[in-house]
Amino acid sequence: ITRSGGGSSLGCEGSVLCHAVPCRAVLHPDIISTVEFNHTGELLATGDKGGRVVIFQREQESKNQPHRRGEYNVYSTFQSHEPEFDYLKSLEIEEKINKIRWLPQQNAAYFLLSTNDKTVKLWKVSERDKRPEGYNLKDEDGRLRDPSMITMLRVPVLRPMDLMVEATPRRVFANAHTYHINSISVNSDYETYMSADDLRINLWNFEITNQSFNIVDIKPANMEELTEVITAAEFHPHHCNTFVYSSSKGTIRLCDMRTSALCDRHAKFFEEPEDPSNRSFFSEIISSISDVKFSHSGRYIMTRDYLTVKVWDLNMENRPIETYQVHDYLRSKLCSLYENDCIFDKFECVWNGSDSVIMTGSYNNFFRMFDRNTKRDVTLEASRENSKPRAILKPRKVCVGGKRRKDEISVDSLDFSKKILHTAWHPSENIIAVAATNNLYIFQDKVN
Amino acid sequence: MFVRGLKRKCFDGEEDIEGTLAGIKAIPSYNLQRQSLLDMSLVKLQLCHMLVEPNLCRSVLIANTVRQIQEEMTQDGTWQMINTQSTGQASLDRLVSTDILCRSSREQAEGKHVPGYTTFNKDFEGDQAQDSSETMSAASSVQVPRNLQSNVWEMENPQENKGNFQKSLDQIFETLENKSPNSVEDLFSEVDNSYYDLDTMLTGMMSNSKMGHCDGLETFSSPTPTASNSNCKSDLNELDHIVEILVES
Repeated sequence: ITRSGGGSSLGCEGSVLCHAVPCRAVLHPDIISTVEFNHTGELLATGDKGGRVVIFQREQESKNQPHRRGEYNVYSTFQSHEPEFDYLKSLEIEEKINKIRWLPQQNAAYFLLSTNDKTVKLWKVSERDKRPEGYNLKDEDGRLRDPSMITMLRVPVLRPMDLMVEATPRRVFANAHTYHINSISVNSDYETYMSADDLRINLWNFEITNQSFNIVDIKPANMEELTEVITAAEFHPHHCNTFVYSSSKGTIRLCDMRTSALCDRHAKFFEEPEDPSNRSFFSEIISSISDVKFSHSGRYIMTRDYLTVKVWDLNMENRPIETYQVHDYLRSKLCSLYENDCIFDKFECVWNGSDSVIMTGSYNNFFRMFDRNTKRDVTLEASRENSKPRAILKPRKVCVGGKRRKDEISVDSLDFSKKILHTAWHPSENIIAVAATNNLYIFQDKVN
Repeated sequence: MFVRGLKRKCFDGEEDIEGTLAGIKAIPSYNLQRQSLLDMSLVKLQLCHMLVEPNLCRSVLIANTVRQIQEEMTQDGTWQMINTQSTGQASLDRLVSTDILCRSSREQAEGKHVPGYTTFNKDFEGDQAQDSSETMSAASSVQVPRNLQSNVWEMENPQENKGNFQKSLDQIFETLENKSPNSVEDLFSEVDNSYYDLDTMLTGMMSNSKMGHCDGLETFSSPTPTASNSNCKSDLNELDHIVEILVES
């Protein structure tokens, strides 16, 4: 079993599919609402419902313990957003962090964007491991010295100190969204980013906080005519003029910012024709796309709707090239899931580093991985009971009807309060982070 | 999607209502399921978190579902069967005209004046207030408090469990909120004037409670449907019944 450095396709050797090993389980004080690796995978950020951001850093590998391939430990914790009150509308603004996106590292400090429903913030996370000592005008405790008592001058020197990680808000991008922000995406030019709410998408320059450009606006003149909202948006990984956004009607629009200032007219429109045999009153709701992600290559987009994950080729708009069933056994339960509101749960989806495997969450703390090459898939569970450190995760199976085998779980026993909405995949290695309510699990390949 | 074994009937007259009611009660038919889905959806739309803005995506999806159901029900001609679940309340069907409900239900779905929506569209709210005041002025002989609108939404408090009956009332309110002046005139064209005396009496009774807006209820619920039922006496009894329930809760 080899350690996979490039995120190779899943098989039985050296892959997360067969040999996922829990290496970390962290209990958060609040429900985790977003998880994101940075561009090197060295850092992992989580945001929670209480507005806090926790950043984990991967330990440098030591030669004496090669099998401990770098555990993730807490690096920094800070309060990103506070609850606010909109006095005009008499409504609370939740402090829950909806999304975190990292900027690529350009110097010693790390930068990330975090957003709640209304405000995006740029945070700088930097280390301090030295401090100046030997000031002339103040002593070591910081108390001012009496100038008349100073008899000689000295040059302050930097001396090592215990590592301190500080997070400072460098920019606050506020007052640009009437509706709730659901996505943020950093552009490949590293100078701009976009924020999307239910009806509008705005383009920002990182240096300018008091204005943004509106690039998409689907608000109808008469709100009574509103039938569709924006659910997710993302920039193309390489082409800084291209982005996509998904809708509650199951469509994806690709826009080119070079064509016009307001990108209301799409360059491409992706929609799968409806299957008339599967039509029900819930068809539209389950077709609503909860997440859209470009592949690392930029050739494909992946969308998640309630029951499936779909992969689309950017060059083919009329249907996806691949469709994966996440939990089709729920199709007959849609009415109950509508009643308890679970049908509105927004699951995210992620690509692995080589775009060969995709992953998404489900209920009962299950998450699913699909190998696009071998067409194999697996269901794993993220829970403390079932994961002992360094013990390989056992694949799980949901039994749909008839006889239930020993290790299977029946659909009616699934716990719908245990939902895995947020997952992340290391950019180059087979390391995944899975958020299960308050718990963050990090799994990696087992190395013999 | 249809339950096997149950023939769907086209409901074309009220004389069929009683018989088919019995039939429907016996088996959970497609119609009943659909009705239950509609009710559930309406409740979901009305349930809003007063402190935090409701989720717009969710509201839009539910509203679209309501619209789909109502469109289908209108095509079936089953829209008049909206209150089939409430057995003793079957007579309420006769309180509001079928035709008006059909029209307004579509308007209702599209222009749904739900508390959740008021937060994102101030313009919309302004228009609605205007519409309803036009409505009020059309019914010139009736004094309706100007804050009827806000009271209606206060009344739609999910904690007050008045069941289907409450929902029918709410639908009546909404029906009338979204009314165009023409249909309001239709509504009132056959109203017996003796009602207004009753209204004054009832208004006096209700003036203490928070539900003072039921002045509007008495007035608007009394109008008869198109031609079939103009027996005011029996409606009076029903009115008492309505008032009793409202006062108790």
